[in-house]
Amino acid sequence: MYEFLTGPMLWVTFTVFIVGCIWRVVRYVRGLSWQLDRVAYRPHFALGARHALKSVFYWLVPFGSRSWREKPGMTILFFAFHIGIVFVPLFLEAHAVVAKQRLGIAWPSMPAGLADGLTIAMLVAGAGLVIRRLALPEVRIITTGYDYLLLAITMAPFVTGLACRMDLPGAEGWLLAHLVTGHLMLLAIPFTKLSHMVLYFCSRAQLGMDFGIKRGGERGRGIVW
Amino acid sequence: MPEGKYCFRRPLQTEEDILHLLSDTRGTNYYKEMEELEVDTEALKKRLDATCKSRLRTWLDICARCGLCADSCFLYRVNDRNPEQVPSYKVQTTLGEIVRKNGNVDTKFMLHAMEVCWSRCTCCSRCAQYCPHGIDMGQMISYTRGLLYSQGFVPWELKIGSGMHRVYRAQMDVTEEDWVETCEWMAEENEEEYPGLTIPVDVENADIMYTCNAREPKHYPEDVAEAAILFHIAGENWTVPSSGWEQTALCMFAGDWEACKMQVQNVYDAIERLKPKRVVGTECGHAHRASVIEGPYWCGRPDGKPPAPYIHYVEWVAEALRTGKLKIDPAKRIKEPVTLQDSCNYVRNYGLSEITREIISYIVEPGYFVEMAPNKDYNYCCGGGGGFNGVGRYRAQRNKALKTKRDQILATGCKLVIAPCHNCWDAIRDLEEEFEIGIRWTFLKPLLLKMVVIPEHLRPAEEEE
Repeated sequence: MYEFLTGPMLWVTFTVFIVGCIWRVVRYVRGLSWQLDRVAYRPHFALGARHALKSVFYWLVPFGSRSWREKPGMTILFFAFHIGIVFVPLFLEAHAVVAKQRLGIAWPSMPAGLADGLTIAMLVAGAGLVIRRLALPEVRIITTGYDYLLLAITMAPFVTGLACRMDLPGAEGWLLAHLVTGHLMLLAIPFTKLSHMVLYFCSRAQLGMDFGIKRGGERGRGIVW
Repeated sequence: MPEGKYCFRRPLQTEEDILHLLSDTRGTNYYKEMEELEVDTEALKKRLDATCKSRLRTWLDICARCGLCADSCFLYRVNDRNPEQVPSYKVQTTLGEIVRKNGNVDTKFMLHAMEVCWSRCTCCSRCAQYCPHGIDMGQMISYTRGLLYSQGFVPWELKIGSGMHRVYRAQMDVTEEDWVETCEWMAEENEEEYPGLTIPVDVENADIMYTCNAREPKHYPEDVAEAAILFHIAGENWTVPSSGWEQTALCMFAGDWEACKMQVQNVYDAIERLKPKRVVGTECGHAHRASVIEGPYWCGRPDGKPPAPYIHYVEWVAEALRTGKLKIDPAKRIKEPVTLQDSCNYVRNYGLSEITREIISYIVEPGYFVEMAPNKDYNYCCGGGGGFNGVGRYRAQRNKALKTKRDQILATGCKLVIAPCHNCWDAIRDLEEEFEIGIRWTFLKPLLLKMVVIPEHLRPAEEEE
C-alpha cells in the first residue's frame, strides 16, 4: 500500500491536481467578458496588470490590507493556517526524502523544528477557525457542513503527519492515514472550494483590474482594490 | 396567475403604460398582483446561461464564508448586526440560490430576493474592499436585480423610473421642449444680475457640453441656472444639448440594462453630434456612474470610455479654482466646521476623493474642515443609494439606514455638510427631517456662488457707476 501511494498513485494525484488547477484557471480567464463584467481588460492592460499585482500582493502580506488590519485576530489565524498548509508539505524533510527516493527529484527542505512549529501553529489556527465559525453569528449563518468538511480535509494530513512525527502507537497505520488524507486533499483542490488556491489569484487580480482600469486606478491615491 | 394588469414582466414602453402604472397609487395593486406573478423559469435559465459567466460563478463558488464582509456593510451594522445582513449571506441566499437551482425558483423566493436586493443592499461595493478573494457583492446584487427585473419583480417606483427612461430618455417626464424652455427661462431670470448670461443650446465644437439630472429642470431649475452662472463667470465656452442632456439612469437601479443602454446612447449621440472637447456632468453620483463608468460598457465601447472625456462636476470645479477661472473671495470662505460627504459612485468607484478635498482647500478657511470617519474610498453610503431613497415600500428600512450617516455627521460636530451628489444630498435632507439633528446640507454650486469673485466686466452696469 505504501509502495502504491508513494509510487503510481503519486503520479496520478499530481497529474489530476496540476491539470485540474490549470483547467480551473483557464476556464476562469476564458469565461471573463469585458462587456458583461464591464471592465475593458485589454485596452488598459498595463494599468490593469499593475493594480492586479498590487491587489494580489497586499492581500498576501499579513496586515497588508485594511481588512486584515481591522481584524487582527482573524488575520493571525488566517496566515498561521495558510503558511503551514503551503510551506510544510512543500519543504518537509521527510517529503524531500520521498521525492528523492521515489521520484528522483532533489528537493530543498526546512529544519524539522520549524516544520513542527508551523504544523502545530496551523492546527491550532484551524481549530481557531472552527471555533470562530461556531462562535460568531455573522460567520455561523453563512457556514455550511461543506465548510467544516473542507477544514477537515485540509487538517487531516497534518494531524496524521504529526502523529507519525511523534511516533504515536500504531505508526504504520498513521503513515497510511497520512498518505490517504494527503492524496485526498490534493485531489480535492481542483474540484472544491479549495480551488481558491489558484482562483484566489484570478479573482483578486480581476478585482484589482476592475478598480485599476475603471474605478479610480488612474485617479485615486494609495491602494485601490 | 401568469401576469397581472399592473404587475407583468414586460417593461413599460409607452406613456400610457407609465400613466397606467402611476394610477395605481403607491403600487397597491402592483404589489398585490406580484404575490401571484409566475416565474418564467425557462427564460431565467436562459438569461443565466447567457450572462452569468466565470467571474460571478467563481465568486459564488470560492466565497470562503469567512464573514470578513460583515463589518464592511453599513446595513449590517445599523441593523444591530443582524447576521441576515451579512453581504455574503445576502448574495448566497439570492443569486447563489438562483444559480444552484439553475433558475428553477418560485414566486415566494423572488419576492424575498427583491426585498433583499432593494432594501438590504445599496450596491455601494464597500464590501468588495474587505473581501480577501476580491468578491464584489455590490456587483452581484446589481446583477441579481437585473434577473429580478426581467421577471417583473422590481419595486413599483423603479419599474416606472426605468419606463420613464425608455419613453422620455429621462428619469422624469421632462421632454426636450420642457428642457430647452427651462434653459431659456433660467437664463432670462438671471440675466439682469449677470448681463450676457445665456444657456447656449446645441452649439457645436464647444469646449464643454453640460449634462444634468432630470430632477434639476423638473424640481430645482435654479441648479441649472447656478451651473450656467458659474460657467459664465469662469468664461467657459459651453453648451447643453437639446436631446441627450439627462445623464442619470434609474434603470441602472432597476436592473433594466436595455433601458440603460438606450439612455446613455442618447447622451453619447449628443456628444457625437455636437463634438464638444469634453463633457461635464452635474453634481450627481449615480449619473456619473451611469454615463461615465458603466455607460460605455452598456453601449459596447471596447475602451470602456465615453466618446469624449467626461468629467464629474467636482473635477471641473477643482480645475476652475486651480487655474483661477473661478476666484474665491477670501473673506467669504466658510468659517464654521464643515464636513464632506464622499459619494460611493464617484469616490470609491471612480477615485475622486482627493479632488473634492482640493476644492475644500479653496473654499474653507484652514482649520474648519472636519473629515468624517471613515472617509474617502472607505466612506459609508449615505443610506439611500442604489435606488433605496426612491422606493416607498422600503421607506422604514431606508430611514433606519440613514442612521449611519447621521452618526458620522454628529461625530464631526459640524452643522454644515457639503454633498456634491443628488442622492447623498437627498439622503442627508431626509435624515435631518427624520432625526432633526440641526444640520444644513448643500451642493457646491450655491456655495461657490456665494463666495466667488465676479470679474468687473461681468457685473451689471449699475454696479460699475
